Amino acid sequence: MTAISQQVKHPETAVSAVPPAAPGTEWPDQVYDVLKAAGISQMSYVPDAGHTTLIRRFSADPEVVTNVLTTEEEGIAIAAGSWLGGKRSVVLMQSSGVGNCINMLSLPVQARFPLLILVTMRGEWAEFNPWQVPMGQATEASLKAIGLRVLRAETGPDLVETVAQAASMAFDADQQIAVLIGQRLLGKKKW
Amino acid sequence: MTLPTMDRREAVKRLLDARDGALVVTGLGSPSYDVHAAGDRDDNYYLWGAMGGAALVGLGLAQAQPEKRVMVITGDGEQLMAFGSLATISVARPTNLDLIILDNQHFGETGMQSSHTGRGIGFDKVATACGFSEVAELRSLEEVEKLCERLRRPAEGPRLFVLKIAAENLPRSLPPRDAVAVKNRFRAHLGFATC
Repeated sequence: MTAISQQVKHPETAVSAVPPAAPGTEWPDQVYDVLKAAGISQMSYVPDAGHTTLIRRFSADPEVVTNVLTTEEEGIAIAAGSWLGGKRSVVLMQSSGVGNCINMLSLPVQARFPLLILVTMRGEWAEFNPWQVPMGQATEASLKAIGLRVLRAETGPDLVETVAQAASMAFDADQQIAVLIGQRLLGKKKW
Repeated sequence: MTLPTMDRREAVKRLLDARDGALVVTGLGSPSYDVHAAGDRDDNYYLWGAMGGAALVGLGLAQAQPEKRVMVITGDGEQLMAFGSLATISVARPTNLDLIILDNQHFGETGMQSSHTGRGIGFDKVATACGFSEVAELRSLEEVEKLCERLRRPAEGPRLFVLKIAAENLPRSLPPRDAVAVKNRFRAHLGFATC
């Protein structure tokens, strides 16, 4: 058998310590703190630059099980299984990945599984790649069409507050929620 | 040359008779009917849709309940839609997750069209390439009996077993249609609040 990691944390753990955040860029660490406070113990992701800090923090957290996905809809099914087993999960993806999820979202919508997705937006603000624009423009409409509640934040402080209450609505009120993180917010920093 | 196959309902019944406390997740269509036909239970979670979701619901459940064994029972068509999940599951490396693929080499629900597994794709080979800890292809109920013994032993990682079954549409045995109720009774079985 080839070298498959043996029940160890993912390679992100090995990333060396990063310097303290510059003013105005504390929100990724604050979102991590908010998700921990909400009892999240499982995180699944398809990487996006905007999720870098969350992926690094969760991967280094021994209390959290992380899954790197081959496609985003895997995370929707994993989150449902996690709730069946009594745990709270969050799924991280980019707006292009929302398109991959649509039919799988029928599972949490139909069975009323709590679901919390954090979506970094592309194709809406200072986008350099035209191929990102169609799905970016369709993201919110697609999520609403399949039955999710959609929240959106454009500033760091607003995002932290939005994620905190979205987690409450998901896990205390059995809602299926996507939080869209505006590209205008992400664009402020070179990732 | 036609290779031997087995009766799906009998194979599933034998696996479930020997489940020994395992939590069971089923893939949409006939595997859900097979598991329901063997006896409706609180610790079964049936999928009626979300094609490609069964193995991954199983992974999430296995990670949330590491002390319990999780058995996913699904079909070749359902698992083909989650081809990448074998990579995700292998990297996640659960030691309490077993995938049972009921492989009739056809899309049985939609008119028995031939699937990829009837055209050279073997899930046992794919799982081996991905790094599953134990893999086998079974063609008889006698082999299923031995598998029941094997499943009781501890695993070093995820395991996948392909059961080659006859391509036939048996009378449906429909699980409860209320997805919320099935979810809540499963959680109640594990001692969790239902909403």
